[in-house]
Amino acid sequence: MYKYDPIDQQIVNERVAQYRDQTRRYLAGELTDEEFRPLRLQNGLYIQRHAPMLRIAVPYGLLSSKQLRKLADITKKYDRGYGHFSTRQNLQLNWPKLEDTPDILAELATVEMHAIQTSGNCIRNITTDQFAGIAPDEIIDPRAIAEIMRQWSTFHPEFALLPRKFKIAVSGTEKDRAIVQAHDIGLEFYKDTEGQMAIKVWVGGGLGRTPILGTVIREHLEWQHVLSYCEAIIRVYNIHGRRDNIYKARIKILVKALGIEEFKRQVEEEWAHLKDGPLTITQHELDRVAKYFEPMPYKTLPAHDAAFDAAVASNPAFAAWVKRCVHAHRVSGYRAVTLSLKPHGKAPGDITSEQMHVVADLADAYSFGELRSSHEQNLILADVQLSDLFAVWEKARAAGLATPNIGLLTDIICCPGGDFCSLANAKSIPIAEAIQMQFDNLDYLYEIGDLELNISGCMNACGHHHVGHIGILGVDKDGSEWYQVTIGGKQGNDASIGTVIGPSFSAEEMPDVVKRLIEVYVRERQDEERFIDTVRRLGVAPFKAHVYAEKETA
Amino acid sequence: MSQLIQLSANGQASIVADEWTRVVPPAPAEESVRKQAGKVVLFKLTGELTFTPEQIANTQIPASGKILVPLTVWQARKAELEPRLAAGELGIVLATHETAEALQAEFADLNSLPIIAIFVERFADGRIFTLGAWLRTRFGYKNELRAIGDVLRDQLFFHKRAGFNSFLIRADRSAEDALASLNDFSQPYQGGVADVPVWRRVNRA
Repeated sequence: MYKYDPIDQQIVNERVAQYRDQTRRYLAGELTDEEFRPLRLQNGLYIQRHAPMLRIAVPYGLLSSKQLRKLADITKKYDRGYGHFSTRQNLQLNWPKLEDTPDILAELATVEMHAIQTSGNCIRNITTDQFAGIAPDEIIDPRAIAEIMRQWSTFHPEFALLPRKFKIAVSGTEKDRAIVQAHDIGLEFYKDTEGQMAIKVWVGGGLGRTPILGTVIREHLEWQHVLSYCEAIIRVYNIHGRRDNIYKARIKILVKALGIEEFKRQVEEEWAHLKDGPLTITQHELDRVAKYFEPMPYKTLPAHDAAFDAAVASNPAFAAWVKRCVHAHRVSGYRAVTLSLKPHGKAPGDITSEQMHVVADLADAYSFGELRSSHEQNLILADVQLSDLFAVWEKARAAGLATPNIGLLTDIICCPGGDFCSLANAKSIPIAEAIQMQFDNLDYLYEIGDLELNISGCMNACGHHHVGHIGILGVDKDGSEWYQVTIGGKQGNDASIGTVIGPSFSAEEMPDVVKRLIEVYVRERQDEERFIDTVRRLGVAPFKAHVYAEKETA
Repeated sequence: MSQLIQLSANGQASIVADEWTRVVPPAPAEESVRKQAGKVVLFKLTGELTFTPEQIANTQIPASGKILVPLTVWQARKAELEPRLAAGELGIVLATHETAEALQAEFADLNSLPIIAIFVERFADGRIFTLGAWLRTRFGYKNELRAIGDVLRDQLFFHKRAGFNSFLIRADRSAEDALASLNDFSQPYQGGVADVPVWRRVNRA
């Protein structure tokens, strides 16, 4: 993974000093709330219901064991002994004190971490596939470019105060796992007909109040021009994006208002001035950064391991975990492992400091000291030998990190919701927990198969509810909490936005609503059809009919 | 004490006396408060009217001395102002919702202006940065570029890198204190108006 040189280190150190002084001036009354807001937000600090929330950046989801141990210690020292992995692959602390945040940032800086631009109206953490570099279907490892873009976007002088937040995702695989179409800019890397690294550029996607999938603005962009092209897009947005209405301020609204053709014309005109200028990435710089992402020093291993095969055959619990939590690797004899942060009945994405230490130890012992966070809010050991999987499973299971539910209904993506977040209309974690308990039967979960259930506590859509096969959105009606249900959303290359099935439900009704949706699926499915396939084939009607059946007669 | 920070040619910042008088049109006859979803709208969008014809007509222009005049006042009262421009006593104020193209349409050679000021009504309006960068890079403007309005120390580093070389700090804040923020970072990652990206600037091996 990327390692700081003295320049990177100096930037985060200077940031700590800058923020420490800003916080001091705020506490001394020299900065108003309104003036301090963008400053603290661009350091990841929200003012929440109970306490501030601090969002720590995990650039494109990559962490070292040393960094995770530091995070564990920080959650112990400054918080309540746990953290929450978010859908932007970042880590959130729910209970820090405002006065402590400069010290927390100073501690983070000692392990090459920060909270820069994890919130606010600026370019946010760039996200990617959690299997980058090891996925068998990967064409290009996008992480070197992602790191170059992280540096370019950090304190960008022109884009410090955009109309609204700006999210970029990169992906270099056949099967998109980074939801590039749901981002302000999505960069899909591929090899062009010349065999060169090229990029398909998507623009104007986003979830939130107005969910829209992105549009392709450029089919073929040479990698050297990715910074200048993004700069052209964001310049047009910075000048013309709406600032008079927060709900219409994302780039997706501008792209829709102008139409993609006119928007593209303006971007290309801008780009003509920037192309081939100093923003052109040199081969030297790409090579400098790419050397941090070279393949791990893998052993030469056979494709099979007899002891592993025997354990799978004789131990059904291990076999179930292997089926759900172990993933293919491009190198023979290696696998990637997802450590589930979704045990049934616990807040999705939460991890205690003790568990962080366990994961850091596992990474050191079995996966070259590195790990990744996923936008599905789990942790990944990317490079585990087949022969080590049983040991990893036993240790993970002892720490409550081996729930074999990855990709299943209870692997719920969920925002912190109304229990913590001051933006939320409704609680989301208790809904997730109730649904997990409703389906706390692994055999039934396996029978249901692949299903993505996403929950957001408000239309800001941090829980990506629009692209969940089942999406649940907390809404406020006359001061009480209700839940709107969508089905048919999907992430990936064939992404879609879900359809609302009808009037919203109370919290108590939600587990039963999900149960009924599943009943229709189980009744109607054909062959190997997944839930999403059945919804796409049949449409919303039969699901709606069954969910609302009794309600109408009652 | 002056509120004006100026950068010298070699980048040295100092607080200097302000030679320029800003010409501000009178408030409109009826103050219309624009609201959306119950919230007061604070931002003007590109193409919106900056001042009404009445406001422009009623603008008091000092008879002598160096004056900073809004672009729309210049457009409407050019004949009266042209001698001042010729005497080197006129600069233009551009609002963030106005365009560099509109300015260029008035002054084929932007360098005939000794100063351009960009007025930012709300510090959170980041259009000022792109406007500044455009004037410097696209339009080749070389003279004084000044940030005025809601100009606060925590944005100065960005203003500077976007091409501004003078900053009129908001009246209720100390310009002296603000000086420190011009040097918040010693080696920024990306290029700015006056420099190239760090990997072109230094050898990172």
